Amino acid sequence: MLELDQDQYEALVAHARAEYPNEACALLAGRGDAVERVYALPNAEASPTFYVVEPKAQLRAMTEMDDLGLDLVGIFHSHVATEAYPSRTDVELAAYPDAAYLILSLADRDAPVLRAFRIRDGQVDEEPVQVAGRQPTPSRRP
Amino acid sequence: MAVEVRIPTILRKHTGGAKAVTAEGDTVRDLLGDLDRRYPGIAGQLFNADGSLHRFVNVYVNDEDVRFLGALDAKLDDGDVVAILPAVAGGGGGGSGGLKPSPPVDRG
Repeated sequence: MLELDQDQYEALVAHARAEYPNEACALLAGRGDAVERVYALPNAEASPTFYVVEPKAQLRAMTEMDDLGLDLVGIFHSHVATEAYPSRTDVELAAYPDAAYLILSLADRDAPVLRAFRIRDGQVDEEPVQVAGRQPTPSRRP
Repeated sequence: MAVEVRIPTILRKHTGGAKAVTAEGDTVRDLLGDLDRRYPGIAGQLFNADGSLHRFVNVYVNDEDVRFLGALDAKLDDGDVVAILPAVAGGGGGGSGGLKPSPPVDRG
């Protein structure tokens, strides 16, 4: 279960709100389940329906993770109008099977919903995500 | 030109698990062709059917995105370091009809 502290969670929500109405994206570095760094990165597409992490920013972040001995444990993006569940595009373009894919829905901007998934070979499996001081999201959809 | 190529996790099945390998070429196109001769199958992950670089594959020469260096025609020198990374991409869609990774649009 991926674990975020309150500051990391709030940084992700703030990034998603700042980029609204476009999708926001970020990389999460850590060890095991613990997130240690959040890299809020530019969406090169600047689009409400699509994101591509700006390639040079992606390389810089991944190089720093390597240098720090951290792994890419999570890939975050926001959905501005749809639920926090991988879209067909998300599944088709998921190229990092070892990372959790975190999606924050801002469909209700006052009540963001964060969920996490493993996407491997076109298969989507929800994983619990724990924000410190909150209930983990359920591992299954209600 | 002998160039170090950094291989992302998702492609290491082609390189026997190696994180970095050496290949030769005067341009990125030649280098990636040589890489595919040494590690068969790897090019299928990098190129479109028409031979252009896949939209959702990032290739860097000395930390610069090759899209700004002439794409596959980017020149290489001895000692250059080439890195390959799958793009981090996706999106909520919403009436776009869905984006397919193949055949993608080449941004050149």
